[in-house]
Amino acid sequence: MCLAVPGKIMTVTGEGPLNRTGKVEFGGVLRDVNLAYVPEADTGDWVLIHAGFAISTVDEEEAALTLEEMKRLADVGGGLIGDESDREDGPVS
Amino acid sequence: MKHVEEYRDPEAVLALAKEIKRITTKPWTIMEICGGQTHSIVRFGIDELLPDEITLVHGPGCPVCVTGVGLIDKAIELARNPELIFCSFGDMMRVPGSDVDLLAVKAEGGDVRMVYSPMDALQIAEDNPDKEVLFFAVGFETTAPATAMTVAQAKEKGIHNFSLLVAHVLVPPAMEAILSMPGTQVQGFLAAGHVCAVTGYEEYHPISEKYAIPIVVTGFEPVDILQGMLYTIRQLEAGRNEVENTYSRIVRPEGNLAAMKLIGSVFDVVDRSWRGIGEIAASGWGLREEYHSFDAERKFNLGQQVAKENPICLSGQILQGITKPHECPAFGTLCTPEHPLGATMVSSEGACAAYYKYRRQTSTTA
Ligand code: SF4
Repeated sequence: MCLAVPGKIMTVTGEGPLNRTGKVEFGGVLRDVNLAYVPEADTGDWVLIHAGFAISTVDEEEAALTLEEMKRLADVGGGLIGDESDREDGPVS
Repeated sequence: MKHVEEYRDPEAVLALAKEIKRITTKPWTIMEICGGQTHSIVRFGIDELLPDEITLVHGPGCPVCVTGVGLIDKAIELARNPELIFCSFGDMMRVPGSDVDLLAVKAEGGDVRMVYSPMDALQIAEDNPDKEVLFFAVGFETTAPATAMTVAQAKEKGIHNFSLLVAHVLVPPAMEAILSMPGTQVQGFLAAGHVCAVTGYEEYHPISEKYAIPIVVTGFEPVDILQGMLYTIRQLEAGRNEVENTYSRIVRPEGNLAAMKLIGSVFDVVDRSWRGIGEIAASGWGLREEYHSFDAERKFNLGQQVAKENPICLSGQILQGITKPHECPAFGTLCTPEHPLGATMVSSEGACAAYYKYRRQTSTTA
């Protein structure tokens, strides 16, 4: 029930602290989503949607870093990679 | 779909599984908190990729499963009220109360409606000013921003024919409850990524310290889950107990500040009774005094019933990770998703339902 899906903001329609809304596309469907909790997000940004609300923005840089880490792991086929300290900015502890 | 498909890449999954195998030297027991993760683990067979040393325990992480029978009984009583339109997330419809479920009330003619968002329920209230409209507010921290905003808007718009039966539960107190159980086996936690998207993970540092246990914030796709496990096992093998975040594309340390601010203005921390576990102090959110006029438990005079759990059902042990679903004698025979005896068979994120859907043939050997 905590299922939340990433979607892309296509337009921001309503403004106002409680009523910031927009059309968000996910899986090819456009839906009205409340964007009040992601004031920083704008058209073209990816947000995480749960129960009609965007609860987080997707950090593209962090996403790229994770995928890079996975790629390195796949490239060395496991076995050679060090610990997480080879990733400069994370993880946060 | 972007931000989903990449995290199902079979090459990355295999590389992670291989790395986990390489670094694991001792037996470890890890609990995933969230039912969404349980569902992914069973669906994608992630547990079968892990070395024998790793035992996964499916935690209590599904709000549908843990909502107390007493509250379900109250929901059923309210749904039977002919003056009322009762709105709920679809997942709650089949959850057995002491006697029946919400679907049975609907079949009897009750006006029970499934909604996707609590805002839909508020809209129904606006559209039906001559009816009382109620929303069954079930959920973890993940869902609380939606509930809080709905209550705030109802107040702002002055909508008086709307109320909520609030069943919100909080994850960290449940983690502590599990760690405090005498027989607990859990040595590491995958923390629920979408809960942390809202709350952040500052709160987890004291738990990790107090119980000397690694807690790794983890996402929901196979790559996410294996990455969370890899980080947890690295900590266990190195004797470290830290809070780490492997879901950094979604989760910030401080969470969603705008959401937490509104939640703080609408909700207070309250005690809650968890199905299968019992009462946990300070483990839920309830409406603050300023919002008591929206509290269905105050608005309606509800009878006192004695909540009954089905005596055959072992879901309490399953939620605590003591028993696996297929070890329950009723599993797949007396108890199925069509005729669930316990809440863990109802929700697709409950451990019993996940095993039923994906593991039935292998249930005796799994
Ligand atoms: S299989 Fe059914 S009866 Fe057995 S523990 Fe699971 S929900 Fe309860």
